[in-house]
Amino acid sequence: METINELIYYYSQNGGYVWEQFYRHFLMAAYGVLFAAIIGIPLGILIARYKKLSPWVLSLANIIQTIPALAMLAVLMLVMGLGTNTVVFALFLYSLLPIIKNTYTGINNVDQALLESGKAMGMTKFQVLRMVELPLAMAVIMAGLRTALVITIGIATIGTFMGSGGLGDIIIRGTNATDGTAIILAGAIPTALMAVIADLVMGWFERKLSPYKKRKTQIHTENAAA
Amino acid sequence: MLKFDHVSKVYKGGKKAVNDLTLEFEKGEFICFIGPSGCGKTTTMKMINRLIEPTEGSIYINGENIMDKDPVQLRREIGYVIQQIGLLPHMNIQENISLVLKLLKWPEEKRRARALELLDLVDLTPDYLEKFPHELSGGQQQRIGVLRALAADQPLILMDEPFGALDPITRDSLQEEFKKLQKKLNKTIVFVTHDMDEALKLADRIVIMRDGQLVQCDTPDEILRNPADEFVEEFIGKDRLVQARPNIQTVEQIMNPKPITVTGERFLTEAIQIMKEKRVDSLLVVNEFNVLQGYIDVELIDQKRKKATKVSDIVEPVTTVEAGTLVRDTIRSILKKGMKYVPVVDHQQRLIGIVTRANLVDIVYDSIWGEDEITA
Repeated sequence: METINELIYYYSQNGGYVWEQFYRHFLMAAYGVLFAAIIGIPLGILIARYKKLSPWVLSLANIIQTIPALAMLAVLMLVMGLGTNTVVFALFLYSLLPIIKNTYTGINNVDQALLESGKAMGMTKFQVLRMVELPLAMAVIMAGLRTALVITIGIATIGTFMGSGGLGDIIIRGTNATDGTAIILAGAIPTALMAVIADLVMGWFERKLSPYKKRKTQIHTENAAA
Repeated sequence: MLKFDHVSKVYKGGKKAVNDLTLEFEKGEFICFIGPSGCGKTTTMKMINRLIEPTEGSIYINGENIMDKDPVQLRREIGYVIQQIGLLPHMNIQENISLVLKLLKWPEEKRRARALELLDLVDLTPDYLEKFPHELSGGQQQRIGVLRALAADQPLILMDEPFGALDPITRDSLQEEFKKLQKKLNKTIVFVTHDMDEALKLADRIVIMRDGQLVQCDTPDEILRNPADEFVEEFIGKDRLVQARPNIQTVEQIMNPKPITVTGERFLTEAIQIMKEKRVDSLLVVNEFNVLQGYIDVELIDQKRKKATKVSDIVEPVTTVEAGTLVRDTIRSILKKGMKYVPVVDHQQRLIGIVTRANLVDIVYDSIWGEDEITA
């Protein structure tokens, strides 16, 4: 009970600060995923086209994924020094695997018959990609972004050791303080909340982008009635 | 219109899929390629729109060598229908039908107008334009698949077992519908199938292939009467050969030319009176120009007696055959669909006769006891 009171007290005293860190934390994760999407989606399409490349690219992304987050940050620090950029770069690396893999799977899973009829109707290769492959793979690609975003929100917490700020700062302050339970929670709860919300929002987008759309029957009947 | 000149296809690894094929087809012909799986029929078809490139020889469309054309341009001028249908699930029916038109950069209003026009060809209502493919039944989906191939008014259409995945009843009605459509629009069709019934029913000419070789290319009747060799005979099947033997060919020869009819304005009581006099349980309904409207029977009258007074109130549509249809096709619709009779109409839907089960029994009787009917 006392912890909860302390927690509420902490928020009431440091609301602005927590919000600032929350925002910063989210931006780091989002930028990591954004850059990874810029590189990863075209790369995924490329390896779906040239299948011989796919084992190389996918194993490389897999290896990156297996490196422990702290070790990765430490190594990157040696090269890039301290600061937010180092953290964003690490998040970028962690996002690559889910994004490349899902793009690759999504494009590969498009029904062969659809590709054939697209080609036979006289689509150029680019038109097949734009009008058939990408729309049909979009839900799967979106699922990759969703996984990547949830992972990066978690890992961004450790970014505090590189001096990047974010909600990790609050958690570490709590661990350093005597009786810091409330402060740890003050940092941990928003982090978890952010991950859950990101997952829900991205899941909504994923469903929206599913190719198997339902006709909006209700709107139609309303129009007919009016 | 379409000409194969010593065309061969050798796949990587040396497998010869098509061997030295030379064929020529006229505009408006319905051509069926048929043969056991792996005989090269699909390969032959796909070479026409260059989904597969021939190794040797050349293919000409209207005198133009297809290898000299840009493949993308070429494919936009050739319709294509496949067994898996291949409608794009994220696009609605209108977008699916007018996809080729979009590639050809038609403006939006013209595309919509064209889609509506096409939808009308297969008797689907305009509200289908807004639906998505997965909301349609398999038969409806393939109708849309066919319309998509007709959208840009391509003179040549390639079809790869388009009705293969449909259930027998849907397949039957789609075949009939499509054959009518083809006659009306005068398209050249290259149709790949492994179903001999389908080929006999639809084709103007059948190309029978085996191991990449051409075995026989002829009209269905000619193939039934003079199969080139044992392989063809076996492929056609014994029962179809027997069916083809009788002298009787078209429905006019066996139909009853005086079906019992009634006009729409008559009262139901009068209709019952006619039934009683003529000792029948159903009547064909015609208008004053003898154009067939449908049928009524005792059961229908019984069900609706309370609400209806006139024949036109309860008339039900009926499946017909056109004069000139082969007897075997008529028998098929009687047996398969379990119909008691089939009215025969001319091309303006005017009633000219009726084929009943009794007529069929007569044929059987004649072929057993008749003096001059025994040809086997």
